[in-house]
Amino acid sequence: MGSNTVQREMSAPAAAKLAAVLLCLFACRNAAAQMEITGSWVPRSNEFLTGDGLPVDFTGIPLSEEGRIRALSYSESQLAMVERQCQGWPAFYVVQGPFGLKIWSETDPLKGNVISYTIGAWEDRAPLTIWMDGRPHPSQYAEHTRAGFTTGTWEGNTLVAYTTHMKAGFLRKTGAPSSDETTMTLRFYRHGDILILMVIIQDPIYLAEPWILSRSFQLSATPMSPIGPPCVTAYEGSVGETAPHYLPEKNPFVDEMTAKYGVPRDAAIGKPETLYPEYRKKMSAGIPAK
Amino acid sequence: MRVFLIAILVTLASIATLPRAAGQGRGTPAGSAVTPKASAPIDLTGYWVALVSEDWRFRMVMPPKGDYTRVALTEQGRKIADAWDPAADEAAGNQCKAYGAAAIMRLPARFRITWQDENTLRVESDYGTQTRLFHFNSPPPTGERAWQGHSAAEWQKPSSLKVATTNMRSGYLRKNGVPYSENAVVTEYFDLAPIPGGGQALLVTTIVDDPLYLQGSYVVTSQFKKEADGSKWDPTPCSVK
Repeated sequence: MGSNTVQREMSAPAAAKLAAVLLCLFACRNAAAQMEITGSWVPRSNEFLTGDGLPVDFTGIPLSEEGRIRALSYSESQLAMVERQCQGWPAFYVVQGPFGLKIWSETDPLKGNVISYTIGAWEDRAPLTIWMDGRPHPSQYAEHTRAGFTTGTWEGNTLVAYTTHMKAGFLRKTGAPSSDETTMTLRFYRHGDILILMVIIQDPIYLAEPWILSRSFQLSATPMSPIGPPCVTAYEGSVGETAPHYLPEKNPFVDEMTAKYGVPRDAAIGKPETLYPEYRKKMSAGIPAK
Repeated sequence: MRVFLIAILVTLASIATLPRAAGQGRGTPAGSAVTPKASAPIDLTGYWVALVSEDWRFRMVMPPKGDYTRVALTEQGRKIADAWDPAADEAAGNQCKAYGAAAIMRLPARFRITWQDENTLRVESDYGTQTRLFHFNSPPPTGERAWQGHSAAEWQKPSSLKVATTNMRSGYLRKNGVPYSENAVVTEYFDLAPIPGGGQALLVTTIVDDPLYLQGSYVVTSQFKKEADGSKWDPTPCSVK
């Protein structure tokens, strides 16, 4: 009887260990399918995501009519206004901007699972926290911020993050607008030392269809700073009593892309059809650019 | 109690060993080797249209001669780009020089992807009417160089396709003569993504390594949207314009 009792006492922990191993075999499969995304990533800058810097370069952006009118009313002299100098960018600037990414995670000290990933701030970009613990997005009436509110899940080895509650801002620095109803789906793909961020921006006000962009980053052994230099405002002279702007049909730069690069006006002002290959035919057919 | 525990363990073990890939084993007769087509973890077949949401002025209109902005060329590469002569290319029958494997996925085109056989994925473009063949389990390339070179493909579990292309003819990364040499190596990754609200996107990451004309790797990522059918398929020949 005594030996049987010992056998039972010993077999229970052994069975528990075996069960734990098999449970992990099942549960840890998902973790094994994930990718490490933390670290310092420098941007690969072989493609233009911010436009050419000309005042009216909305090429590649599928603007809605409302978005186009608002974009063409923008004057870069607004940046001389003290209250607008540090307004920063919405969260999708992590893909568009020229800066690298410092990504780190917070883990549960008991379970070891990732609670959140954070992409550090840089100059005019707020830190972006991706909550991985299953918390819901806040009420539609909750405060909107530059970075918004982001949750993430793993789809195989792809991290998929979804952002809401961003402040209104800009799709491109030359004035293409984004509303506070904009949402962002951000997908992280890693191939070796290359991290690719694909962003799908949806804005029911200023975009006619989802705007899809992507950018690649290279893993860096040199640690990047998790914070950027502070934005400091400066008085640049009076801009008058109203925000600098252009009235409809009065933007003087609307044909600059055409004059400099032969880009038709429809493309420069972000008409959605110009994003598709068949637009080449329209150009080659000699339809005058307007 | 012990029987119950064993039953749970056996069930968990069974679940744990289930194949993860959606297409794994799909349509494979029992006892036969699983082919790349049958073991495909993602379905890339169909019609895909390029979304020109980036680099518009380099892709949709002819950039000025000598504009190699954002491409880090070597001294030799710059000389080639500065000497670009489209008329000479045309006269030499090299109209397809900007449609080679290193550049084609960046062109404003539609692509038709099909399985040519159990081991070969076929990628055709309407713009330039080019055909790429992605060979799985393929021997090293032999024979004449071609615009599309030789592409060796492998699935990367759980959900990606990797393609390595060599044996190309020298070509252009952009239509205005920004060069890559015949010794360039192109590495590509194909990934899928659902588009919120409906539809599917394809993301192609292209990495070009060419020590002769490029300083460091040239990396671009291009987006495509799936189309329901080939109604907008519009084959056009290569052009230097």
